[in-house]
Amino acid sequence: MSPSTAEAESGAAEAIHIEQLHKKFGDLHVLKGVSLSARDGDVVAIIGGSGSGKSTLLRCINCLENPTSGVIRVNGEEIKLKADSHGHTVPADRRQIERIRSKLGMVFQNFNLWSHMTLIENVIEVPVHVLGVKRDKAIATAEALLDRVGLADKRDVYPAFMSGGQQQRGAIARALAIQPRVMLFDEPTSALDPELVGEVLKVIADLAEEGRTMILVTHEMKFAREVATHVVYLYNGLIEEEGPPEQIFGAPKSERLKQFISNIH
Amino acid sequence: MLRGLFNSVQIAVGAFGIGLLIGTGGAYGKLYGGPVMRDLLEVYTTIVRAVPELVLILLLYFAGTDLINRVLEAMGYARIDVNGLVAGIWVLAFVQGAYATEVIRGAILSVPQGQIEAARAYGMSPGMMLRRITLPAMLPFAIPGLANLWLIATKDTALLAIVGFNELTQETRTAAGQTKAYFTFFMAAGALYLALTLVSNVIIARIERWSRRGTPSVAGGGR
Repeated sequence: MSPSTAEAESGAAEAIHIEQLHKKFGDLHVLKGVSLSARDGDVVAIIGGSGSGKSTLLRCINCLENPTSGVIRVNGEEIKLKADSHGHTVPADRRQIERIRSKLGMVFQNFNLWSHMTLIENVIEVPVHVLGVKRDKAIATAEALLDRVGLADKRDVYPAFMSGGQQQRGAIARALAIQPRVMLFDEPTSALDPELVGEVLKVIADLAEEGRTMILVTHEMKFAREVATHVVYLYNGLIEEEGPPEQIFGAPKSERLKQFISNIH
Repeated sequence: MLRGLFNSVQIAVGAFGIGLLIGTGGAYGKLYGGPVMRDLLEVYTTIVRAVPELVLILLLYFAGTDLINRVLEAMGYARIDVNGLVAGIWVLAFVQGAYATEVIRGAILSVPQGQIEAARAYGMSPGMMLRRITLPAMLPFAIPGLANLWLIATKDTALLAIVGFNELTQETRTAAGQTKAYFTFFMAAGALYLALTLVSNVIIARIERWSRRGTPSVAGGGR
C-alpha cells in the first residue's frame, strides 16, 4: 500500500485502491505487483517510459484489461474476478463491472468518440441509455458541459468534422456527463498536433482545480508537475518512485527517474 | 406479370430481411462465439456459398418440405402443404444469410476498435453495445456489400420458377407460352427487373448517404 501521506491525513474517502496488481500478456509480464491509491480530490499522475506499463495499469482499473492477479477497489467496492475456462482472469459479475465502469469517466488517447453520432449525441448517449437519465435533462446537462469545454457551437457536428483538440475536449465532456466518481485519462494529448495540446490541457487543469479525482497517464511532465497532487513513476512494471510532484521532479532519488526526467526536458 | 413481380418483390424482401438477421447473428457468432459455434458457422457459410443456388433451392425446397412432413408425421400430425411463398422466402433467406454473415463480419471488423472499447469503458451491456454502437457504426462499411446482396436476392427469385412458384419469370413463361409472343414478354420481364434495380439503386443511395453521415466524403467537401 502506498497512500500519499498528505491525503491520508486529510481523511478523504478512498476512490481507487489497487493492491499488488499483476498483468501478464502471455509470457510478457507487464505489471509486476503495483499498488496505488487515490482519495477523493487526488490528482494522480502516472509517468514512465514507453512499455513501463502505465497505460495497462490505468486500463486495469475499469477492466478494459483484466488483471492477472491483485485487488482493485473502486469506491470501496472490490471488483470480483474469476478464472475462465482458459485460465484467464475475467470479471466474475458482468453487472458489477458495468456498474463500476459507468462511474469512471475514461478519456482515451485517440478520443474514440462514436463516429455515427453528433457531438451532443455522444455526450448524452451514456447518461440516457446506461444511467437512465431523462433525455431532455441529459441534453441540458450536455449543453452546459459543451459550453464549458468551449464546444457549444459544435453541438450538432459529427466527430470526423472536428479537429483532434475539439474531439478530445468533446470526449472529456462525454466523460463528465456521467458525473464520474473518478476521471481516467490515458495519454489524452499524445495523439494531438502540438498546437492543439494546450487547449486540452487547459480543460484538464480546470477539472483539477475544482477538486475532481483524476488518474492521469501522461507524457507532459510540466503539466503533471503543475496539476498532480501525487506522482507515480513506473519503470518496467514496478513503481520505481512516487511522491508529491515537488519531490519527484525537484529532488528525485532514483537514478532511473533522474535520467528519465533529464531526457524529457 | 405484375402479380409475378409483386410475388418476386415479396420473396426478395422477406429473404433479404431474414438473411440480414441470420447474417448479423452469424457474424456475431463467428467473431465472438465459442469454438463449436464458429466451426458450425464456418461449415454453413462454406457449404452454402460453394453449392450453386439452383441446387440448394431444389435441395432445400423438396428435401426441406419432405423433412418437415416426415417430422410432423412422426409426431402424429397430418402432412401439410408447404406454402410456396413461405418456402421460397426461407430457402433464399438461408442462402442470403451465408453471404450476409461474411459481409457483416467484415464490416464489424472495419469499425475502429476504440469506439467499441469506449462503449465497454462506459458500462454498456453487450446487447446495448450491439444495438447502439457496433451495428450503426459498421453500417457504412456493410452497405455496398448488402446492396449487392439485395440485387442478387431480387434476381434469385427467378430461380424459384424451377419449383413452380409463380414469381415474375414463371408468370412470363406461362404468358409467353400461351401467346407465343416470347420476345415481347421476356423483354417486358427484363424491363421489370431493370426497373426494380433502378428503384433499388435510388433507395440504396439514400440509405448509404444516411449511414455515412458521420464520415467525410472521400472527394472532400464535407457534408
